[in-house]
Amino acid sequence: MTAIISHAFLQGYWWVIVSLLASLLVFLLFVQGGQTFIFSLPQDEVRKRMIINTLGRKWEFTFTTLVTFGGAFFASFPLFYATSFGGAYWVWMAILFSFIIQAVAYEYRSKPGNIFGTRTYDVFLLINGSAGPLLLGTAVATFFTGANFTLDAMNRVQWNSPWHGLEALASFRNLSLGFAVMFLARINGLLFIIKTIDDKELQEKATGKLVMNSLFFLVFFLYFVITLLTSEGYAINPADGKIYMEKFKYLRNFIGMFHVLILFLAGTVAVLYGIYTAIAGKSQSSIWFTGPGTIMVVFSLFMILGFGNTSFYPSSSDLQSSLTIYKASSGLFTLRTMMYVSFVIPFVITYIWFAWRAITLRKITDQEIKNDDHAY
Amino acid sequence: MFENIDLSLVNWSRGQFALTAVYHWLFVPLTLGLSFIIAMMETIYVRTGDPEWKRITKFWMKLFGINFAIGVATGIILEFEFGTNWSAYSWFVGDIFGAPLAIEGIMAFFLESTFIAVMFFGWNKVSKKFHLASTWLVAIGANLSALWILVANAWMQNPTGMVFNPETARNEMHSFWEVLFNPVAADKFLHTITSGFVLASIFVVGISSWFLLKRREALMAKRSILIAGIFGLLSSVMLALTGDMSARTIAKYQPVKFTSFEALYKGTANAPLVAAGILRKDGEKVGERHLPSFVFRIEIPGFLSMLTGGDRDAYVPGIYDYIYGNPERGIMSFSEKKERGEVARKALQDYKTAVDKGEKVRARELAEQFTSAGFRENYFRYFGYAYIDKAEDIIPDVKVSFYTFHLMVMLGFLFILQFAVVLWLLYSGNLERHRWWLWVMLFSIPLPYLAGELGWVLAEMGRQPWIIQDLMPVHMGVTNLKAGNVQVTFWLFAILFTALLSAEVSIMVKQIRKGPAKKEEE
Repeated sequence: MTAIISHAFLQGYWWVIVSLLASLLVFLLFVQGGQTFIFSLPQDEVRKRMIINTLGRKWEFTFTTLVTFGGAFFASFPLFYATSFGGAYWVWMAILFSFIIQAVAYEYRSKPGNIFGTRTYDVFLLINGSAGPLLLGTAVATFFTGANFTLDAMNRVQWNSPWHGLEALASFRNLSLGFAVMFLARINGLLFIIKTIDDKELQEKATGKLVMNSLFFLVFFLYFVITLLTSEGYAINPADGKIYMEKFKYLRNFIGMFHVLILFLAGTVAVLYGIYTAIAGKSQSSIWFTGPGTIMVVFSLFMILGFGNTSFYPSSSDLQSSLTIYKASSGLFTLRTMMYVSFVIPFVITYIWFAWRAITLRKITDQEIKNDDHAY
Repeated sequence: MFENIDLSLVNWSRGQFALTAVYHWLFVPLTLGLSFIIAMMETIYVRTGDPEWKRITKFWMKLFGINFAIGVATGIILEFEFGTNWSAYSWFVGDIFGAPLAIEGIMAFFLESTFIAVMFFGWNKVSKKFHLASTWLVAIGANLSALWILVANAWMQNPTGMVFNPETARNEMHSFWEVLFNPVAADKFLHTITSGFVLASIFVVGISSWFLLKRREALMAKRSILIAGIFGLLSSVMLALTGDMSARTIAKYQPVKFTSFEALYKGTANAPLVAAGILRKDGEKVGERHLPSFVFRIEIPGFLSMLTGGDRDAYVPGIYDYIYGNPERGIMSFSEKKERGEVARKALQDYKTAVDKGEKVRARELAEQFTSAGFRENYFRYFGYAYIDKAEDIIPDVKVSFYTFHLMVMLGFLFILQFAVVLWLLYSGNLERHRWWLWVMLFSIPLPYLAGELGWVLAEMGRQPWIIQDLMPVHMGVTNLKAGNVQVTFWLFAILFTALLSAEVSIMVKQIRKGPAKKEEE
């Protein structure tokens, strides 16, 4: 069996796994999105605690997915890990800072003796909720628009901007994906609150907030998608492996990978339908549409990035330094070993689903928050 | 190839990683050990149905949760700092080093994070047995994550299971089992987790002693001391045994580290073990560097030979053997290793030149050289020496190594004694009468933290100048940034971590003073 598993197959296989983790991560950012409403949505302290507690029982999943996403990228595409993290230093550091403050905020916010007061930790949640998705989305946008680096003969990265990644924030194209991710996280956050909290007033207010957030999401998402489909992209010449700029590259990739285009469109429709059912139909289960829809859209964007002779981490300052899944990957042996490890993922997903269901089978009520001695 | 590296950048990058690791290790060992103590307590609750055990379990679980969150926060930084601050390293060995980190995420972190939610919030939502299983799975997940990160760390101390690929200029894995069953990894894992068990046990015994001193919650305190005392005694004995195994492994795979923590300069048969000693700066000179000499020492004659060679007449090499060589004992000098490393470096440069010039046959011949066992064993194995200028640079800071090692060992033996005494007093029913001993246990809480940090300082500073033993010196692995960037993040981390640590300690103290919840109706 091992003989027929080629290096190229495994590079593709791991790109799919990394893409899947990225898609799950974007969906799980609903925790961050929900955190941005802790000041504006609840009318009183009990409701605020209900929101914080329903999100707080899931923050670890987002965190763990982020860590696993990093670990999987390191193991399968170490040159990306070295290039992006080492080069775009400030962007990644800003993302990390926002996640550190989140990790302690839930556990510490309502505990006596927390020194800085509950409000400080709530502000931490707000910062993480806004900056985390925005920066992650902006960083991922550079996968399409290019980053400012060169690699030497030993594959050591030289970043050509003193801002070390923060310069990506100066591009509206990059920012538009950042904002789209942020507003999508807010939409999913609202839908999760509606789904898991048993409080009519809160649900109605959350539904009301969906309208503006959905509009903003659509504006930024459409802007990014339109510019993506109409712009040049970073292509690989299969004959010599050289990178060149190709017109309508990502549109061509969608057309060339028709099943991915179908997935992208289906995901977009699912997100929009989920929003519609929540606003118009007052459905409390719309996250069952927007969640899978989010995963499908993000996954398909990663597919057109890694496949179809495309550079997934292009360099805007030196085309030939751009990273492809072939150039950046680990060796055959490592990828094969990691493939065997990846076979446990369905088992992991099964127990997560089982445990998640056990905890969220019943909606959160104000009584539960008042009586739970571990409530945040 | 790696010229013009800013040493200030290297030092700040080292400082930042050390800062993060030191803070991380303030929280992780308690998670490793307390998770098992909680699981044992809950098991007794489920088996006996005694609600008091549930109260006890929930009290320690609350402290566990406060500590856990900040451990997670500092842990994520460590993982990403390999990329942000050590990107050249990340590429040079990412093919091998990344795999354990990914497996840690897939196999351990998800287990821990999934069931921790059930453990904290599932008391009234799932059955008793499901809840108990979740608590055990959290403990197993936490310790599994330690396994994988320690496998990764052990690989840096003893690189194995890989070949160098000149085309990609990196090491590539060729045996996963060699990486996983690296002898350094086995010792490191067992020694590290048992140190966590001991720390958590001292923590539980110390806090329970405070309750007894305050004449509060006597039943809870005694039951907690019983569980933590037995767990701690067994763990502290294991800690000593695994420490001994670990030292022997270091003597074999990182001999310069071993000789520096023993401050043994001249190799000898019938080598004494220095049980304690004081060093002063101005000892003998190696190159431009003075090695510290003993002002005073207590020795056990022949014991070091016994421990490392199993025989009093066994020869134990000293630092000079590794600097100047000892052909009689088959030990190569620094200069010979450097020459061999330079042969490997030149082969790599020649390969790159051949590729640039399009000389395919020559390039293929040179590439094949790197896969031959003879070249790997005789030349590439010393690749890192080509980047070290002076012989004295391969000697770590002897004072730091010596003191950290000896203090850590002394504390390790003290813990065995403490657990034995506390269990004896509890068994004889005299514990509350010996209030001075309760105070001793309370004030002992910082000691295992100190011992754990000393252990890591020894492990990491003792292996200098290597980021990967013999293959890559630290300065070669650093990310090419302006030092100012790292200075800023260093101070930001220092401020943030200190603030969060202060909050954690303050919350812990409040929760402990508050004590367990009121008795519950079962």
